[in-house]
Amino acid sequence: MRARLIAIAIIGAAGASAAAEVAPLAVSFTDGAVAESLTGVAGDPAEGRKAVFTRSMGNCLACHQNSEMEEQPFHGEIGPPLDGVADRWTVEELRGIIVNAKMMFEGTAMPAFYRDPSQAIRIGKQYEGKTILTAQQVEDVVAYLATLKE
Amino acid sequence: MRLALGALAALAVAASAQAGPDEDKLVIDGVEIATEAQAPEGHPLDKLYSGWRFRTDETQALQMDDFENPAMVAVEYGIELWGKPAGASGKSCADCHGDVSELAGLRAVMPKWSEAAGRPLTMEQWINWSIETHQEAEPWKWESQEMLGMTALIGLQSRGMPVAPDMSGGMAEWQERGKEIYYTRMGQLDFACATCHEANAGYMLRADHLSQGQSNGFPTYRLKWQNIGSLHRRLEGCVKDARAEPWKSGSDELVAIEAYLATRGAGLMIETPSVRQ
Ligand code: HEC
Ligand code: HEC
Ligand code: HEC
Repeated sequence: MRARLIAIAIIGAAGASAAAEVAPLAVSFTDGAVAESLTGVAGDPAEGRKAVFTRSMGNCLACHQNSEMEEQPFHGEIGPPLDGVADRWTVEELRGIIVNAKMMFEGTAMPAFYRDPSQAIRIGKQYEGKTILTAQQVEDVVAYLATLKE
Repeated sequence: MRLALGALAALAVAASAQAGPDEDKLVIDGVEIATEAQAPEGHPLDKLYSGWRFRTDETQALQMDDFENPAMVAVEYGIELWGKPAGASGKSCADCHGDVSELAGLRAVMPKWSEAAGRPLTMEQWINWSIETHQEAEPWKWESQEMLGMTALIGLQSRGMPVAPDMSGGMAEWQERGKEIYYTRMGQLDFACATCHEANAGYMLRADHLSQGQSNGFPTYRLKWQNIGSLHRRLEGCVKDARAEPWKSGSDELVAIEAYLATRGAGLMIETPSVRQ
């Protein structure tokens, strides 16, 4: 019940169509990968690129270097560089890593971008009921990462 | 093997000029203050480093000269308050305590156990306790210029002394509680204090060069705040960085974290008032 309510809230926030979106608790992992698209709508790599560097969205640059975004100042060094990730991981694996990297890398510092918010401890009031990225933003980021080949 | 490791470390330094603490020495008006300390056995860190070692040369320089240190304005205000009579007692701090240097060493053992309260009190809480019970005046707000001036002034009396928390009895319980919070992942981003300050100290988090998150320099003048601020204010920012709900200054949780941070930094020198970015 709670999960359904949250899923509805997220769809509302994203302003997405009523198309069946997979709620965070309903995402199914196989060896850390997520086979099924969260929205059924193809990701937009340009939108994904924006989510990767924008601090209020993915803010992936907080932890990752990414040569494809040299125009952006300040790339972090907590995780490995994103250069060539599409050579190392399949689209399904990349989706799993963005949804919840802990399913792939146990105990990793990388946040789960599409985790049910009720699982967070002491979540800030303004973030209550919200995932870090919407389902469509996850698909967009995955579509962008899929372009990072060396 | 040792050599090989050394070579690897050198390579890592070459790859990223920023990784790890720098090699600079903190000398204030001719007196060197050690900014690293060997960690005791069983400590989660191998070596302890002051946050000063992770800052840029420009920020470091501000702390190396008391005339340049912008926190000294607060210290000056603290000196003024120290000699100013207030409250129903009509007495100043100086009337009862003498010269403020009498309180040398106090900052190094904060937060300190209070038998009367049956709990540890931070410097702010000790000051307000004395203002209310001895001076019989109105207590100061946590982040007021009065409180910051006084904590900076009293803290300065311990500059260069090692952090030496009492770890016995009731204190240990509070430190343990702080430790629990320190390792709890929280907020929408699911970070623990340890995620940033233990696992990733020395690395860049976007534009921030992460330190070990030591508390030996507080209160601190932060360039970002354009003001001096308390440890609890700094922690509010850190908790918000995890997109978690912050605790109020002076709350039991923050006192517990402060008590635990003192054990993580035991042996580092007090740098109050420090300067950070
Ligand atoms: C708080 C730091 C942090 C943030 C923020 C972060 N990551 Fe990561 N990421 C990591 C770490 C650390 C790893 C390495 C996995 C591990 O812990 O072993 C990683 C691994 C990865 C990998 C696998 C890389 C490889 O080559 O093996 C990908 C892909 C990735 N992250 C993408 C992203 C994207 C996209 C975002 C933003 C939506 C993001 N990360 C945000 C820390 C972070
Ligand atoms: C998302 C990463 C992050 C998390 C999580 C985090 N901090 Fe910080 N913290 C920072 C950054 C960035 C700074 C400023 C640069 C530095 O000193 O590391 C900082 C600074 C500090 C400082 C001041 C250090 C100095 O030398 O002045 C202390 C103390 C501190 N943190 C303690 C904590 C505690 C305790 C927690 C958990 C409640 C915590 N931090 C959680 C990122 C974080
Ligand atoms: C009327 C006398 C009086 C005045 C005025 C007074 N104090 Fe005190 N203060 C005391 C006494 C008595 C103690 C308890 C000493 C003890 O138990 O060792 C104390 C304790 C303290 C302590 C804790 C010291 C320790 O070693 O634990 C601090 C800090 C303190 N006072 C700060 C101040 C400040 C700052 C002011 C001025 C704003 C002030 N006091 C004004 C009498 C006074």
